[in-house]
Amino acid sequence: MSSDSEPRRDLRLSGLHKRYSNGFTAVKSLDLVIPQGSFFALLGPSGCGKTTTLRMVAGLEEVTAGTIKIGDQDITGEKPFRRPVNTVFQNYALFPHLTIAENIEFGPKRRGVKESASQVKEILELTELTEQAGKKPAQLSGGQQQRVALARALINRPEVLLLDEPLGALDLKLRRSMQGELKRIQEEVGLTFVHVTHDQEEAMTMADTVAVMNQGEIEQLGSPYELYTNPQTTFVANFLGRSNLIKGTVVGREGSGADAVVKVDMYGTVVSIKQGRVHTDSTEGWIGIRPEKLLIQPEGTSLADPGNHFSSAVVIGASYLGVSTEYVLKMPWGQELMCFEQNRGVRGGLVELGTKVDVSWRQEYVFLLDSSQDAQAGREEE
Amino acid sequence: MTSLQRVFGKNVGYWLIAPAALWLGLFFLVPLLSLFTTSLSDPSGNPIAGYRFAGRFANYVDVIADYWPYFVRSLVYAGIATVLCLVLGYVLAYAIAFKAGRWKTVMLVLVIAPFFTSFLVRTLSWKLILADNGFVVESLQWLHVLGEDGRLLATPFAVIAGLTYNFLPFMILPLYASLEKIDPQLLEASQDLYASPWKGFWSVTWKLSIPGVVGGTLLTFIPASGDYINASLLGNPNTQMVGNKIQALFTTAGDYPHASALSVILMVLILVMVLVYVRRAGTEELL
Repeated sequence: MSSDSEPRRDLRLSGLHKRYSNGFTAVKSLDLVIPQGSFFALLGPSGCGKTTTLRMVAGLEEVTAGTIKIGDQDITGEKPFRRPVNTVFQNYALFPHLTIAENIEFGPKRRGVKESASQVKEILELTELTEQAGKKPAQLSGGQQQRVALARALINRPEVLLLDEPLGALDLKLRRSMQGELKRIQEEVGLTFVHVTHDQEEAMTMADTVAVMNQGEIEQLGSPYELYTNPQTTFVANFLGRSNLIKGTVVGREGSGADAVVKVDMYGTVVSIKQGRVHTDSTEGWIGIRPEKLLIQPEGTSLADPGNHFSSAVVIGASYLGVSTEYVLKMPWGQELMCFEQNRGVRGGLVELGTKVDVSWRQEYVFLLDSSQDAQAGREEE
Repeated sequence: MTSLQRVFGKNVGYWLIAPAALWLGLFFLVPLLSLFTTSLSDPSGNPIAGYRFAGRFANYVDVIADYWPYFVRSLVYAGIATVLCLVLGYVLAYAIAFKAGRWKTVMLVLVIAPFFTSFLVRTLSWKLILADNGFVVESLQWLHVLGEDGRLLATPFAVIAGLTYNFLPFMILPLYASLEKIDPQLLEASQDLYASPWKGFWSVTWKLSIPGVVGGTLLTFIPASGDYINASLLGNPNTQMVGNKIQALFTTAGDYPHASALSVILMVLILVMVLVYVRRAGTEELL
């Protein structure tokens, strides 16, 4: 939309706040900058305020306090039909009485665009819907309806495209293929996509930047890699993938600058954690380690031992998933830890239940979280 | 269905239709045929001795020549009442469907509540409301909306008002049924796609409620154009509708053939109008 000389048209939310008339605060003074042209995901469980945020940007929900800007243009009080923003609704909200082509042409027609017919043709091709143009929405499959919803919004070339759980109604296989499709289309058109989802895998595969939301606030923001490898809160550690959180006590600090490490005692073993991975100032903390970073080996056999080492853990559970196996280990201090192991065939079989194993991990993968946070936060109740 | 099939065998569908079909055959089709043959009979007979079938199409020519103003009045009154019902009913049905919240059920019950009393009693009470010394007329006279000897009862206004009142629920219910089905998110989508609230209403809500509009207008217009109670209780001799004439010919004059001819014409007229209307509204596509 904008040439190089124009200022960047980033989406800026400042102090965005939403309090409903029943007293419920859905979004708490949110500050967020979404760079122009990026694929941004708002990730969080249901009720975390992500959809409310999206609806405020679309103009479908009134803002209690704060501002919404695109570049320098303040759109906080703008009517929804005057915003350079379009939405792909969760259940698509296709007009049932109009054909696919008419649905897609709805926006351009309202804006009085002259060459809308050629635009429709173009977008039908981009979304591979040319053959469905004359049909009604009810005659289409879920995946096709999803693409119509996308085409109907995209044809307007909005500065920001909002996607509200766009793949939520599709089955797993279709969802996977549509993830790739969405990403391809976003790269092709180069528009800013803001994608709301509760599916962490969806957010990670598609988005450049992910903001994890919880109870109306952003817990952490970053690239999928940053969020996964270095979560800052127990919520992020548990909601984005899974984590083992073990109680530890800070016993000292060493080094300075980038090399600074925090020494944490964990049931008699001292773990060294890089300063950049320490997210608490207190003397107590949750030592976090991702389950796939745990290495195990039956006692008495040699263990690749790159860092911390524990013995006398017992395998008390194993779920064989084909690609990998999820073990549950009982540690000497009584806590149960998860361990995911790729089935590369090195072991020549599964580790039997009841087997005593040695456990180790590389210290550079460990992170330290604030002990005042709930270790269960963000765990999916299944 | 399987247990039903065990009892009735393969043709369970026919058995289920049978009672209603029998009833309609006996009390609708047979009278309809009798009406049709009577309309072609010699009018010189009488209700007790019966009428001789004579293939007398002149009956039709007679009634059209004598009573065409009644047809015009019927269609005009019913038409105005239908439009009034549509305007009043649409607003109310819209409010019930989208704005009533937890009062939805209460409001729907209130819409149906008039049916708990008889049609006749309700119309008679309108006679009281619009009476010359009633508060409505006196208030309007005081406001100089009506002149010193102005009146409401026994005017076309009273007849149309009565028709509008009596058939309003038949308009509201189908409208509500089709409005209620509309996903409010569609309206949000229309606004998201640059339609102002008015444009959004016309291009989405109104279009999707067309089946209700067609259903409601038919359910209002058809009975209203054949109605004679409102015209006879609230009107004067110059506001009589075709229903009044049919009633008079049947009961007072005992002229069954001409009354039947009048009925058949009214029926055919309405049927043709309905067909044209439904075609033009394009509802078969929406259904």
